[in-house]
Amino acid sequence: LAPWVPVVGLEIHAQISSNSKLFSGSQVQFAAPPNSLVSFFDASLPGTLPVLNRRCVEAAVMTGLALNCSINKKSLFDRKHYFYADLPAGYQITQQRIPIAVNGSLSYSLCIDNKMSQMVTKTVRIKQIQLEQDSGKSLHDDTRSQTLVDLNRAGVGLMEVVMEPDMCCGEEAAAAVRELQLILQTLGSSQAVMAEGQLRVDANVSVHHPGEPYGVRTEVKNINSIRFLAKAVDYEIQRQIEELENGGTILNETRAFDSKLGCTVPMRDKEGKQDYRFMPEPNLPPLILYDAKSLPANMNHQQVVNIDWIHERLPDLPSVKRAKLVEQYGILPEHSFALLNEDGLTEFFENVVKQTQMKPKKVIGWILNVLLSYLKQHSLTVKESPISSLMMADLLNLLEKKEISSTAAKQVLAELWKGEEKTPLEIVKEKKLELIQDQKELEQICQAVIDGQENEVIMMALG
Amino acid sequence: GLCQPVWRFQVSSALKEGHVTATELCQRCLALIKSTRFLNAYITVAEETALKQAEESEKRYKRGQPLGVLDGIPIAVKDNFNTAGIETTCASNMLKGYISPYNATVVQKLLDQGAVLLGKTNLDEFAMGSGSTDGVFGPVRNPWSYSRQYKEKSVSKSHSEDEESNWVITGGSSGGSAAAVSSFTCFAALGSDTGGSTRNPAAHCGVVGLKPTYGLISRHGLIPLVNSMDVPGILTRCVDDAAVVLGSLAGHDPKDSTTIQDNFKPFELPSLPDVSKLSIGIPKEYHAPGLSSEILALWSKAADLFKNAGAKVIEVSLPHTRYSIVCYHVLCTAEVASNMARFDGLEYGHRSDMNKSTESMYAATRREGFNDVVRGRILSGNYFLLKQNYENYFIKAQKVRRLIANDFLKVFGSGVDILLTPTTLSDAVPYREFIKEDNRTRSAQDDILTQAANMAGLPAINVPTALSERGLPVGLQFIGRSFQEKQLLTVAKWFEKQVKFPMIQLEEVKRHNHDVFQHQKSASLS
Repeated sequence: LAPWVPVVGLEIHAQISSNSKLFSGSQVQFAAPPNSLVSFFDASLPGTLPVLNRRCVEAAVMTGLALNCSINKKSLFDRKHYFYADLPAGYQITQQRIPIAVNGSLSYSLCIDNKMSQMVTKTVRIKQIQLEQDSGKSLHDDTRSQTLVDLNRAGVGLMEVVMEPDMCCGEEAAAAVRELQLILQTLGSSQAVMAEGQLRVDANVSVHHPGEPYGVRTEVKNINSIRFLAKAVDYEIQRQIEELENGGTILNETRAFDSKLGCTVPMRDKEGKQDYRFMPEPNLPPLILYDAKSLPANMNHQQVVNIDWIHERLPDLPSVKRAKLVEQYGILPEHSFALLNEDGLTEFFENVVKQTQMKPKKVIGWILNVLLSYLKQHSLTVKESPISSLMMADLLNLLEKKEISSTAAKQVLAELWKGEEKTPLEIVKEKKLELIQDQKELEQICQAVIDGQENEVIMMALG
Repeated sequence: GLCQPVWRFQVSSALKEGHVTATELCQRCLALIKSTRFLNAYITVAEETALKQAEESEKRYKRGQPLGVLDGIPIAVKDNFNTAGIETTCASNMLKGYISPYNATVVQKLLDQGAVLLGKTNLDEFAMGSGSTDGVFGPVRNPWSYSRQYKEKSVSKSHSEDEESNWVITGGSSGGSAAAVSSFTCFAALGSDTGGSTRNPAAHCGVVGLKPTYGLISRHGLIPLVNSMDVPGILTRCVDDAAVVLGSLAGHDPKDSTTIQDNFKPFELPSLPDVSKLSIGIPKEYHAPGLSSEILALWSKAADLFKNAGAKVIEVSLPHTRYSIVCYHVLCTAEVASNMARFDGLEYGHRSDMNKSTESMYAATRREGFNDVVRGRILSGNYFLLKQNYENYFIKAQKVRRLIANDFLKVFGSGVDILLTPTTLSDAVPYREFIKEDNRTRSAQDDILTQAANMAGLPAINVPTALSERGLPVGLQFIGRSFQEKQLLTVAKWFEKQVKFPMIQLEEVKRHNHDVFQHQKSASLS
């Protein structure tokens, strides 16, 4: 059987972290009472007009720069029409013709063969980033034959990030999205928490034989976590391969991922392809951005967004942070990935290093292998850790000064984990875990042991 | 002797000097509205709130602290502007009973100046039409139908038959506002203008109708027909009044991203305008097929007036004028299809009882809520926006629009200051004639002289010029450069002074003894 080449592209919607919505002043907030954050414009009251939120533009520019995109100094807004209960105006304002950023790239890393020690770097091209409105939420109540509509989310700003089909499997897709998530969180342009709907991923999947044209692709939606993303993509790849090998065909359709069953199913409600009747948004002039060169002298800087100004203020991206960690502390690259992968862990690590004489290369093992596994076992975040960095540092100092053994250290940790506010030293004393350093004392103990075991000693002496 | 148009300035000074109180003024207007109900100019009369506003105004005058020239002045607003707490219907079943929670910016500005909002005026449904005949509340009747001037000229068979069958339309779509101003029930009214909807009824009703430059006045709260062409329009009985209202409305609105940022300075027109240094352009394409010989003659006479005053009058060409109607048809219907998509019965407005599914509810709601004209435009617009048609229709129309706009740029760039054209092809036709053709046909015919200014976003104004042979008003149009309203209105004022358009002789008005209108002082006191 000829090999199959899977092709995976992603469309990612990231909710912009801002106080108010993309085109109106109503607040952005998760889990507020239904329809409590809806302005006249969000409810599409006739006669209302969109007013562009500057912060959302800045967030998109930051993200574009972080993803190595060209920022379009002139971009346009369009209306995308379709009827749905959660879309009050009957159209979404988006950027179809000229989006705010294009032609970028994202580098991400994977472990080969599940071994953390072998990481490989891959790149996925970013086709574009566009600003657009989020829709409201609709809940179907089948028992009462009604639909409940909550417009709190309607009009919230989104950045749609389109990743080209450069990926080949679930793992790659997951790693790319994870890295994007970290970047967005570092920039602050989106909190990118998938569970809160701040990051939504749709996957485009197809398979073909090498040398042949790309196969028909399906779109997979309803993916609620990065883990499920990998599962969904891999399942869909398998499904398509099986279908084709059995002589079937792939429909260009939209499928939903069913996390319980671990498979993709065709989505209802999609009758053929929709014509969205795109039209320029007449109430918004072209979005003009400036850089240091093009900025007119007399322009009020409150009125404009300056790309260079934003560029100068970009924080260190995850890849840069990792490199710095490796260089500064002599840890391995895979360690730096693990540190950044857990919210707050880098800070914790650095705080411990500051407060202990133990070398960072040794500290990292305690952080990643001991602390982190404790946290994982108990489903705790670093912030929720009952062990503070100070306590950890104290413990590691005892170890470093050879006042306790590493076995004893682990016992102390188990005690510390109970969160009873005792210091490591107190626990060591309490449990008499001190390493005895005094040579004479050691000899005495050994002698006592030997003395108490005369028979065994004679047996041993006799061979 | 000749009657002069009523100057709002005079009313203003009458209020100031206490010759009349704001409450009296309001009450008289309300009474006149009642006795001219047969005109069907008003959809909603906000009697209680108007009297309250008048009361407040009176208090301010007593304290010697009026908010400005508009304080206490009764005004009316076309029913496609949002008015908080007062029904806004757009003359459609879709919005019957709809009470908006907010005021359009222009309404708010007028109220902030102390104006007294008498009510909402009638229109073609969602401003689609050129007759003000196609709204759910019925057609508006042109007050001039009941004027002595018209009655004298009409060949009568029997008195009652004539009145009922001979009444003429106001033009549209801001017919209610034009009729309201024309019949003295208010001193100024807001209309809207997308293809001529303020200037057309102004011409037929013998009032001043100003279409400002696109981007000068906020559209926030104006329920849109074509977002890229709509402007709020101003209807008054004289040009000076239009300038005052413009001054209170113009300027950047942060709620409307299509308004210009530049500071707007309200202006006063010179009391003795001078046109001798101006260059007046006569676009030959506006000698359109169907232009009545009467209007042609008036147009020519007007040109001579300017010549005799020392202005340079030259023929110019706007070669793409004849494409503006088809171009408008494509762009207008496309935007209509888009703008009307929000009317689904879910959040506000009419909702059908059909509840088998969301889709069927939408479909029934929209079928029940919209008239044929609106539905026709939605269907056309959706057709033009289909992927396979977009390039050939929408994009093409946008390109043609650019050509039309460039025509004007060229002419204005060559040294012409103002263009002089007719506003309509003829005087107002009787309703029974008008309805023989459908809305689309009529709109295409009637918009031909006014539409291009909307394409190009230019300011334009109708100035009542003379009465036709049938005793009905005929107006002429001036089109100016972008944001040069001061120049435009100065020329219009000069012209107004020259032609001395007669006052309507309406029995109802006389009956109401509007003695404030007897103050025929020529010096304006404000």
